[in-house]
Amino acid sequence: MHELPVTQSILKIALHHAEKASAKKVLALNIVMGELSSMVDDSIQFYWDIIAKDTIAENAVLRFRRVPAELQCLSCAETYHPLDSELICPKCGNIGARIIAGDEILLESIDVE
Amino acid sequence: MSQNIPVVENILNANDRLAEENRARLDAASLFSINIIASPGAGKTSLIEQTLSRLNGKLRVATVDGDIATTLDSDRAAAAGAQASIQINTGGDCHLDAVMLRGALDRLELKQFDLLIVENVGNLICPANFKLGTHKTVLIASIPEGDDKPYKYPGAYCGVDALIINKIDLLPYVPFRMGYFQRGVQALNPSVATFPLSCRTGEGIEAWVGWLIQHVKCT
Repeated sequence: MHELPVTQSILKIALHHAEKASAKKVLALNIVMGELSSMVDDSIQFYWDIIAKDTIAENAVLRFRRVPAELQCLSCAETYHPLDSELICPKCGNIGARIIAGDEILLESIDVE
Repeated sequence: MSQNIPVVENILNANDRLAEENRARLDAASLFSINIIASPGAGKTSLIEQTLSRLNGKLRVATVDGDIATTLDSDRAAAAGAQASIQINTGGDCHLDAVMLRGALDRLELKQFDLLIVENVGNLICPANFKLGTHKTVLIASIPEGDDKPYKYPGAYCGVDALIINKIDLLPYVPFRMGYFQRGVQALNPSVATFPLSCRTGEGIEAWVGWLIQHVKCT
């Protein structure tokens, strides 16, 4: 459900940049979604098909690039992917980390003609 | 001839910008504000009732309640002593966003209050993504939900300023490993202020209310 406002925002940003470049048509959107962003690609595609209709971005291809989650240990600065369910640093064994990647929701670029 | 245009824009930028505007309005009125997020049934409205009853006569409080439907929660807040209580029905949206809060702020005389309590829609996923512009975000966990929630909803737990662990009166009856739960919180949010309490018995509420009053005084 929360993908609807996100999809509306994607459309708005894409149309803004396409118009600025005087594009006739938006062919594709390159979207970056972090592993921790709680966004479902299929859900965004579903809303996209409805809301992009009758705009110059109708039928544009949505390409999703998933960024894996990456944590940095607050004790030893080791970076690691949180595989362990208890989020323990694999190097020093301490708990406590900050998220350095994986929570982003970005529109990276658009392909237009 | 196709062409690639770099954009690199945070998709939630529009919401973030409005959230900043909301924050500026709250700051201009010296009104301290919190956004309460939690799963349905964790005790958001009960906590607001308990908090209001202890702040009665001390602080002037306005509440904003977000729900899919009904005014049940804002009615409860008004009955518990909120000087103003506004209901936002999201009509199906599973979270409040900065536009909805802006609409609520428009309906309040902000300078007449010391504290604004925003009760988000019961949900742990999207309220974490949509900033409102409030000063602090408070998450309510509750014992019957289970001790694995910090691990399952890292996005919600890592961004909050205060964590309430409600329904501690149920600890003798429910398998809940407090150490395991706290380690999960510590992992991504080591500096969060934590308040174990029970809205039913009143145990632990004073410490939470003390935290609120301290922040209101600093605003």
